[in-house]
Amino acid sequence: MSPIAVITGLGVAAPNGLGVKEFWTATLRGESGIGRIERFDASRYPARLAGQVRGFVAEEHLPSRLLPQTDRMTRLALVAADWALEDAGVRPDELPPYDMGVVTASSCGGFEFGQNELRNLWSKGSQYVSAYQSFAWFYAVNSGQISIRNGMKGPSGVVVSDQAGGLDAVAQARRQIRRGTPLIVSGSVDASICPWGWVAQLAGGRLSTSEDPARAYVPFDARACGHVPGEGGAILVVEDAEAARRRGARPYGEIAGYGSTFDPRPDSGRERGLRRAIELALADAGIDAGDVDVVFADAAALPAEDRAEAEALTAVFGTRGVPVTAPKTMTGRLYSGAAPLDLAAAVLSLADGQIPPTVNVRPVADYGLDLVTGAPRPAELRTALVLARGHGGFNSAMVVRAAA
Amino acid sequence: MQFTLDDLKRILLESAGADESVDLDGDILDRRWDELGYESLALLETGSRIEREYGVSFDETAVTEAETPRALLEIVNAQLGASTAA
Repeated sequence: MSPIAVITGLGVAAPNGLGVKEFWTATLRGESGIGRIERFDASRYPARLAGQVRGFVAEEHLPSRLLPQTDRMTRLALVAADWALEDAGVRPDELPPYDMGVVTASSCGGFEFGQNELRNLWSKGSQYVSAYQSFAWFYAVNSGQISIRNGMKGPSGVVVSDQAGGLDAVAQARRQIRRGTPLIVSGSVDASICPWGWVAQLAGGRLSTSEDPARAYVPFDARACGHVPGEGGAILVVEDAEAARRRGARPYGEIAGYGSTFDPRPDSGRERGLRRAIELALADAGIDAGDVDVVFADAAALPAEDRAEAEALTAVFGTRGVPVTAPKTMTGRLYSGAAPLDLAAAVLSLADGQIPPTVNVRPVADYGLDLVTGAPRPAELRTALVLARGHGGFNSAMVVRAAA
Repeated sequence: MQFTLDDLKRILLESAGADESVDLDGDILDRRWDELGYESLALLETGSRIEREYGVSFDETAVTEAETPRALLEIVNAQLGASTAA
């Protein structure tokens, strides 16, 4: 039998809470981290709200050697990885380097670092561009820096598939564990709330331009008008269940199933891939739709996308057949960081027996979803399904099950 | 103009920070860069800042071939002498 992959450590940097406890407390209270952009002057941009990680002072957590060579997303990822390892009770220096790998996701790399160096290039000249630009912007840089900082030399990499990447990376971590590496640091953190990142997001045409933090990001609502971007995410320690048991770790839950699909060409007339991704994940977990106790939705907040997600869910689970929630309404969409944060929320839900709420949303009735709104819903929870879609056709679904 | 160890330390800190296990205020003149916790990219960045700030220009490999702070100081000061003489 192939090894079982379990989540044994969580490190969270979210707009509504820095740290697992802070994030989870705020999430159950329905406290949103969405507000006016403070990281740069956004007054002349059509979208001015974001979910920003507040109170993060990199100098308090990281050595000075790392500061000149890291983008904000990397600093957040390094610190979240430290927290996740501590939470798991793992001391990397006590384990064989080739028994530990790092697989994260990324959607756009280190935009703020890249922007600063591009500015140096055009305004001062090439000799002013940091030598660290050679890697600091790069998609794989979070995996690389976590690997170097913790001496992890096992199989490592990065997955780039927009928001779906957050699940695809954890699936890749599970693959590496099945192939024999006992521990993989996975999950993802994204952060590109800077002018360059912002114009790139705006060009996609999917951002909400609402000025009201309580109205701007309302998936599955008749007023849905695009999303608010956020920064942050979660780093997860994923381990071979047997190795985790031997060292006396207490797993949060098992990565029980995964499925991913790619949409057909939009004009093909064929069904999009989300339903099939869900069914693949359920089959991979060896469960039926009736075994799923809660779904963490992708929640794009564009009417056509919301309808497509609702149709996939009702096709698999029936009308109002399963509780659905989108705590990302409190953080904005975190791109590759979103699904790992949802996985963290999912395993915390399983432990607490509480489904965190979707905030600010009045669900469209004919979507047929049992959306958990307003307040947490107490429930007996054993199995959660997390969904993530990436722009351009990526669909991923992951089943997490409470530790046996 | 003289390029001193203090100048070098300031630029090192700006370019690449300092390893937690290394005291830059200690006797570092003849320590190797790898012992001081700096890899080639850190030196490249440091060299580039020295060039900008002091208006000097190094051969591509000069900075990485200088194995210690003393060797780097000598290269910079030779350049400064040369530019003064010119």
